[in-house]
Amino acid sequence: MLRVDALDAFYGRAHVLHAVSFAVASGEVLVLLGRNGAGKSTMMKALIGLLRPRGGGIDFLGRQVAGWEPHRIARLGMGYVPEERRIFTELTVMENLAVGRRPPRDGRPAWTPERLFALFPNLGRMRDRPGGRMSGGEQQMLTIARTLMGNPSLVLLDEPSEGLSPLIVEQMAAAVLALKAAGVTVLLAEQNLYFAARVADRAVVIESGRVVWSGTMAGLMGDAAARAAHLQV
Amino acid sequence: MTVFLVQLLTGLAGAAALFLVAAGLTVIFGVTRVVNFSHGSLYMLGAYVGWTVLAHLPHSIAGFALGVVVTALVLAAFGAGLEMALLRRLYRAPELLQLLATFGVVLMVQDITQAIWGAEDLTLPRPHWMRGFVAIGGERFPRFDLVLIAAGPLVLGLLWLLLHRTRFGTLVRAATQDRDMVAALGVDQRRLFTAVFALGAALAGLGGVLSLPDGSANLQLDLSVITDAFVVVVVGGLGSIGGAYLASLIIGVLQAFGILLLPKLTLVIVFAVMAVVLVFRPQGLLGRAADAVREAAAPPLVRPAAPALRLLGAAVFVLLAAAPFAVGPFAVSVLTEAMIAVLFAASLHFMMGPGGMPSFGHAAWFGIGAYAAALAATALHLPLPAALLLAPLAAAVVAALFGWFVVRLSGVYLAMLTLAFAQIVWAVALQWTGLTGGDNGILGVWPGGVLAGAHAFYWVVLALCVLATLLLRRVLYAPFGYALRGARDSTLRAEAIGLPTVRIRLAAFTIAGAAAGLAGGLSAYSKGSVFPTYVSIGRSVDALLMVLLGGVQTIAGPIVGALAYTGLYDALLLATSQWRLALGAAIVALVLAFPQGIAGAAQQLRRRAA
Repeated sequence: MLRVDALDAFYGRAHVLHAVSFAVASGEVLVLLGRNGAGKSTMMKALIGLLRPRGGGIDFLGRQVAGWEPHRIARLGMGYVPEERRIFTELTVMENLAVGRRPPRDGRPAWTPERLFALFPNLGRMRDRPGGRMSGGEQQMLTIARTLMGNPSLVLLDEPSEGLSPLIVEQMAAAVLALKAAGVTVLLAEQNLYFAARVADRAVVIESGRVVWSGTMAGLMGDAAARAAHLQV
Repeated sequence: MTVFLVQLLTGLAGAAALFLVAAGLTVIFGVTRVVNFSHGSLYMLGAYVGWTVLAHLPHSIAGFALGVVVTALVLAAFGAGLEMALLRRLYRAPELLQLLATFGVVLMVQDITQAIWGAEDLTLPRPHWMRGFVAIGGERFPRFDLVLIAAGPLVLGLLWLLLHRTRFGTLVRAATQDRDMVAALGVDQRRLFTAVFALGAALAGLGGVLSLPDGSANLQLDLSVITDAFVVVVVGGLGSIGGAYLASLIIGVLQAFGILLLPKLTLVIVFAVMAVVLVFRPQGLLGRAADAVREAAAPPLVRPAAPALRLLGAAVFVLLAAAPFAVGPFAVSVLTEAMIAVLFAASLHFMMGPGGMPSFGHAAWFGIGAYAAALAATALHLPLPAALLLAPLAAAVVAALFGWFVVRLSGVYLAMLTLAFAQIVWAVALQWTGLTGGDNGILGVWPGGVLAGAHAFYWVVLALCVLATLLLRRVLYAPFGYALRGARDSTLRAEAIGLPTVRIRLAAFTIAGAAAGLAGGLSAYSKGSVFPTYVSIGRSVDALLMVLLGGVQTIAGPIVGALAYTGLYDALLLATSQWRLALGAAIVALVLAFPQGIAGAAQQLRRRAA
């Protein structure tokens, strides 16, 4: 599905990602774990094209997309759910979903507002509410729903559990598993190890822009030394 | 009472034309974040194209309606072409450079329009239906104005439907808030931007063609319309169409009553309204508080020049001092102008570079200095040194006064308010004929006594301009200069360490005003006269061009820019009668080639070589 090959990325002069490589297989949930500032969000932005990588390759569905503009990458089937949510606050829930709408691909059933409201029942009760007048959790659901309207094959989820109450985090985890069940591949960036353990199949740990550990999620949970070295604050 | 009603209706008719232009400007700004200076040119083209189209159609109501639609479509195509050819390449450039490029378009359209349609005002033959009147309580009111009054709400309604009931509109509103996110959702921004620009251009063209029955197509339309439209857009709130409608009603009605009650103060009233609105509601009447404004990348530090550059500067100074012995009187007068331009540009750079306060109205201080020196010389019969002392003083006093309002704002709003104040000064210069001589200006301002010789005066100008520019530089490397840059980079943090940011910015604003005032005073003596054009938008844009051409991030920038610009200007003026076309094209080409300015590009080259 996605193969990242020795990717280098900069913010101005700051070298953020150093030759990062990993691959996501079709149908799995892969989590990028790392502390604050490790480079997780930068990786997500580089993948969707909001940040132009300086070196390395991004192979997505057999195409080299590094350096493409965001809308072309999105149209190829990559969906991006940003960390800051970036809801269109002036637009209603239905209008937010309309912005994300793209034709379905590869024969899978298209995401419709009705299907998404079944996944996130809260949203269905506030179709005409402006995005600016929703709680943080509702906004997080709306960003995911908005991205799914584009019928992506791969969804990048940047810290979906951040700043949410435990109850909503649990709903998020259920939603990610529902996505997986619906055949959507997920690349998750997280700091919350327990959220990651709940949903992910495999994990890649990055520290200061370098991959320091990779393997199955179960393997990481069994490796206390690696967790202590790379993840504990 | 009837007079009141008729005047109110006249105001509403005027508001419609304002709204059409402002709506296009605000939609374009909202989505693309480009302040489109050439929007008035689109309006002017609408008037000219409309004149030609209507001349080929029957002079009936149906023919007129068809002509209006055709004109709007022609302008939409023109706007789309402009966006694809030019603006598309500029979206990543600093916003002031975008402004500069669109001003280049203004100049080019001026000359092209004159070449196609000639310099004469063009009026429409007025068929019977257009000349009709309706009786309102005994007063006659032109029937066509009723059409205009209806056009405002009609277009507002159609725009609302377009923005709220179509997918295109939803995308436009989404992109107004966060265009990167829209792109990440798979929307091709380029097509969206082109469409938005075409829509804005069509609205401007509509305004232009609808203005024909009550006016004419003429070459002054572009700048007069763009100033009014800026005021409307800023008063209403950038990006808000409803705000633009509300503001155009207020301004239109104010103008109508202003002409009736205080004909001399109409311009002042309009800009005073804008100043008051911006002070109490900095985001405009219906604008949203700037919450989503992306933090601009921190500008690079201004560093003292390298020794080699200083040597070069000293060598140039020696050459300039010796120049009168080597070149003729014409060259000396060109050099005098260039020196004055250097100081003028350096003063603007002082406030917009390190001060972070971009000004669209820097000519105000230049003009006040020029008028102060001229009045001191002609009315008070003061000698040159006293007059040249009064020039910066007068400019500083007014700058401190206006600055009190200005320094509380930032970014485009701040720039617009400086424009508003400059327009007030311009209106005073133009309309207070008792003091300023109005359009006739003040003549006979010549240096007397020992300075009467061209060489002596040139040396005075050279000495004062170099001294004042070095002084500005000195201030930037003093603790005050660091505090000023601190206030620019983060107002909050600067205040947290105890810097009085508002006072610091006001002081910088006043210093910049004083320096520009000195340049103006010198210019008055150099030219021997002062006219309202000294305060015109064109003069403010000159200053902006010089600074931006040179590059904001170096102190040498404005100097290089001033020399390059005056050189380019004089050369083009001599070489071609279509100098505006050439200058506009040169500006556009320079912006496309050097988005960092000439000096900035040179610095980058050096760094790469190092």
